[in-house]
Amino acid sequence: MTKIQISLTLNGKKVTEEIAPDLLLIDFLRNHRCYSVKRGCETANCGLCTVFLDEKPVLSCSVLAARAHGHTVDTLEGLQEEARELGEFIADQGAEQCGFCNPGMIMNAIALFRENPQPSDEEIKEYLAGNLCRCSGYEGQLRAFRAYLEYKERGGAVCAQ
Amino acid sequence: MLKIKEYVRAESLSQAYELNQKRSSRILGGMLWMKMSNARIGTAIDLSGLGLDQIEETESEIRIGCMVTLRQLETSETLERVSCGIVRESVKNIVGVQFRNLATIGGSLFGRFGFSDVLTCFLALDTYVELYKAGVMSLEEFAGRPRGDRDILVRVIVKKTPGRQVYLSHRNTRTDFPVLAIAVSSGSRGVRVIAGARPGRAVCAAIPDEWKERLDGSACTPEEMEKLAGELAGKIPMGSNMRASAQYRSHLACVLIKRGLLRLQKMQEEEG
Ligand SMILES: Cc1cc2nc3c(=O)[nH]c(=O)nc-3n(C[C@H](O)[C@H](O)[C@H](O)COP(=O)(O)OP(=O)(O)OC[C@H]3O[C@@H](n4cnc5c(N)ncnc54)[C@H](O)[C@@H]3O)c2cc1C
Ligand code: FES
Ligand code: FES
Repeated sequence: MTKIQISLTLNGKKVTEEIAPDLLLIDFLRNHRCYSVKRGCETANCGLCTVFLDEKPVLSCSVLAARAHGHTVDTLEGLQEEARELGEFIADQGAEQCGFCNPGMIMNAIALFRENPQPSDEEIKEYLAGNLCRCSGYEGQLRAFRAYLEYKERGGAVCAQ
Repeated sequence: MLKIKEYVRAESLSQAYELNQKRSSRILGGMLWMKMSNARIGTAIDLSGLGLDQIEETESEIRIGCMVTLRQLETSETLERVSCGIVRESVKNIVGVQFRNLATIGGSLFGRFGFSDVLTCFLALDTYVELYKAGVMSLEEFAGRPRGDRDILVRVIVKKTPGRQVYLSHRNTRTDFPVLAIAVSSGSRGVRVIAGARPGRAVCAAIPDEWKERLDGSACTPEEMEKLAGELAGKIPMGSNMRASAQYRSHLACVLIKRGLLRLQKMQEEEG
């Protein structure tokens, strides 16, 4: 096996490393202590391992780390403030039970809101269709995203009900 | 687990082609399908540095590089316009956005998968594939060829042949493989019905001569459409798998073909 050298920007920091050619991005990231990136199905079905590659959400279980050479990778660890804020709305709606799906769900929801700041319910469902949650029926998450979007529309102020 | 001995970022198509002649070599598309196998790959050839990730429009055609992702296809305004929206419709249920940001048109068509929404959709359009060695050929001809050649699919070319298209699929759950996919098109190439996920490779069902003129002239009643749909569905070979039986697929085909033909007729009426 011939090792290869890759250089990428991970959560804003330059990283250079020698890696095995078949190292998957998920393993590279976990080796770099990005433990929010989790293994779920490993068959490209569940969305749990979602990270941003050049700002686009991708499944890190299905990309070679070699493909990230010269690119930018962001994980939940790099989006702390944005992720924490959205996570609070999910918790507020009791949308998570075991919480295992949360990192992937939050990453992909952030990707959606960056791409389309005012999505309809159908657009939210369509964009998040690749994020599976085994505990909930997705209604809690949908309520949380709606509440979050309303909060953002009001300039970030929580409405006094 | 997939094992790779050597990874090469190709600097040219000729280098990629040479490397790919070895049986243990593989061209990397999005790698999503390949990763499902336990293959031991000698040389993994990455085409992502060759600028083949663009959708270009000329006066007469749309040229899609093999590394264009399904998400690029889905969000392309050019393809939306030229395909009457069927490209977006055909890929929107493939797993999720994160998946579609990786899976490529090259891997999807080169694989000639039986379940493929992508193959079914592009067969309904006037589509050609550009192979590095074998040159340009119609997608229909390419789809009929056995897998296993060691060529490279460089580009997909969609001619701007005037026409209307409708794409319909049936899935047991939203992001699962289709149980059946039907694409119906009309235009200068006549009316064409493509059936995919039968579960075998997509095929074009021949329209009986006696129906051709009546379909073109939009003179068919819904009852006649149903009769034609039933005739066509009966001729399309269907198979059974864990998703559905052949009998169920034939029934579905009749329903989806009828809906497709009626929708085409409506589009034609609306255009006046
Ligand atoms: C879990 C899962 C669910 C799916 N669901 C659907 C679905 O519902 N509908 C659907 O239509 N599809 C579905 N697919 C298939 C998917 O959409 C892609 O078609 C598939 O992953 C292949 O694309 P890829 O870019 O990943 O190719 P890869 O896996 O990289 O390649 C596939 C094959 O093509 C070869 N190849 C790749 N690019 C080229 C090229 N340019 N020239 C020559 N050879 C090449 C590779 O060597 C390999 O043999 C699914 C796949 C998975 C894994
Ligand atoms: S672990 Fe990557 S999609 Fe499930
Ligand atoms: S909360 Fe348990 S998987 Fe979603």
